[in-house]
Amino acid sequence: MVIKPPHDSGQNALYGGLENRSPDELLKTVHDEISHKGFMLTQVDKVVGWAQSGSLWPLTFGLACCAVEMMHTAASRYDLDRFGVVFRPSPRQADLIIVAGTLTNKMAPALRTLYDQMADPKWVISMGSCANGGGYYHYSYSVIRGCDRIIPVDIYVPGCPPTAEALLYGILRLQDKIKRTRVYHR
Amino acid sequence: MPEKLKEYLSEKLASKLQQCIFERGEITLVTLPENLTNVLYFLRDDSACQFQQLMDVCGVDWPARDKRFDVVYHLLSLTRNQRIRVKTEAGEMESVPTATGIYKSAGWWEREVWDMYGISFSGHQDMRRILTDYGFEGFPMRKDFPLTGYYEVRYDSESKKVVYESVNLAQAYRTFDFESPWEGTQILVPTDEKGAG
Repeated sequence: MVIKPPHDSGQNALYGGLENRSPDELLKTVHDEISHKGFMLTQVDKVVGWAQSGSLWPLTFGLACCAVEMMHTAASRYDLDRFGVVFRPSPRQADLIIVAGTLTNKMAPALRTLYDQMADPKWVISMGSCANGGGYYHYSYSVIRGCDRIIPVDIYVPGCPPTAEALLYGILRLQDKIKRTRVYHR
Repeated sequence: MPEKLKEYLSEKLASKLQQCIFERGEITLVTLPENLTNVLYFLRDDSACQFQQLMDVCGVDWPARDKRFDVVYHLLSLTRNQRIRVKTEAGEMESVPTATGIYKSAGWWEREVWDMYGISFSGHQDMRRILTDYGFEGFPMRKDFPLTGYYEVRYDSESKKVVYESVNLAQAYRTFDFESPWEGTQILVPTDEKGAG
């Protein structure tokens, strides 16, 4: 059996002629490499959790005054970029949606559409009293009593509006939640 | 300056005004709907007035009154550094002449008044709702409209759609009536002016 590289160019420096050796020889080479340079054991879920939690890209979805706090969280003092959190203008590129503000009846179908357009795996942070349960507008004729009536929520951040630290804490807890996840289909 | 303007207006517009009020440094003109267009034209074009900007059009609901609604216009003159308020009354089945021919910005204001109070403006080119949900019924700022409305919204995972259902409040409405003998405290704070009255 001969193992060929993806593009067979015969003897080249990159593969060092590996493709012409027998499997035994190949294994021996690999073994020598490992015993010389060392190796690392890990689990796939840890790697995936680390990767997913380290590059949360939220959809820019500000609905009310909470959006200003969300901007503060993203700005230089708290600097979400440190956590790999980069706001995206399109749901196709986002894996997190931060519902920041009052969700009205009129906005509900739009929110659901945006959520459906996001690629799996996806997460939701409900930010502030209004998104959590209607808040100040709980009894209003035009406001939804909690955005979890429209989309499933992972993390609720309380406050009216929550401080930038509170949202940051929520994002960190979401990262912990993602790292704990061991099932990759939803 | 406002006093002078008030005198000037009550003289010039005497036949078209019901009332001309000067209170707390603010001028309020009360007119009938049929004279409204003329009054607004005068306020915009007269050299002593020059109210070039329409800041706001809003409605007021007085359910007990014969003519139920007020329509209130707020004007601003940048050249005179002066504001003025124009009020007119309208019944439930009456319409008020539109101000879109005089002030272009009246278009959306009047749509908002229509949306919230159901006062229609004759001559308006695009008398649609502007703020409430698509297919909304009723006029939410009327006193007889219930605070929580009639419908609420949720996502239905079976039909994969956002559906409308009649309101079902999980938590009872709280009135916060602090003077009620059943709900409020009996002790009124001495410094609380509202409580003392």
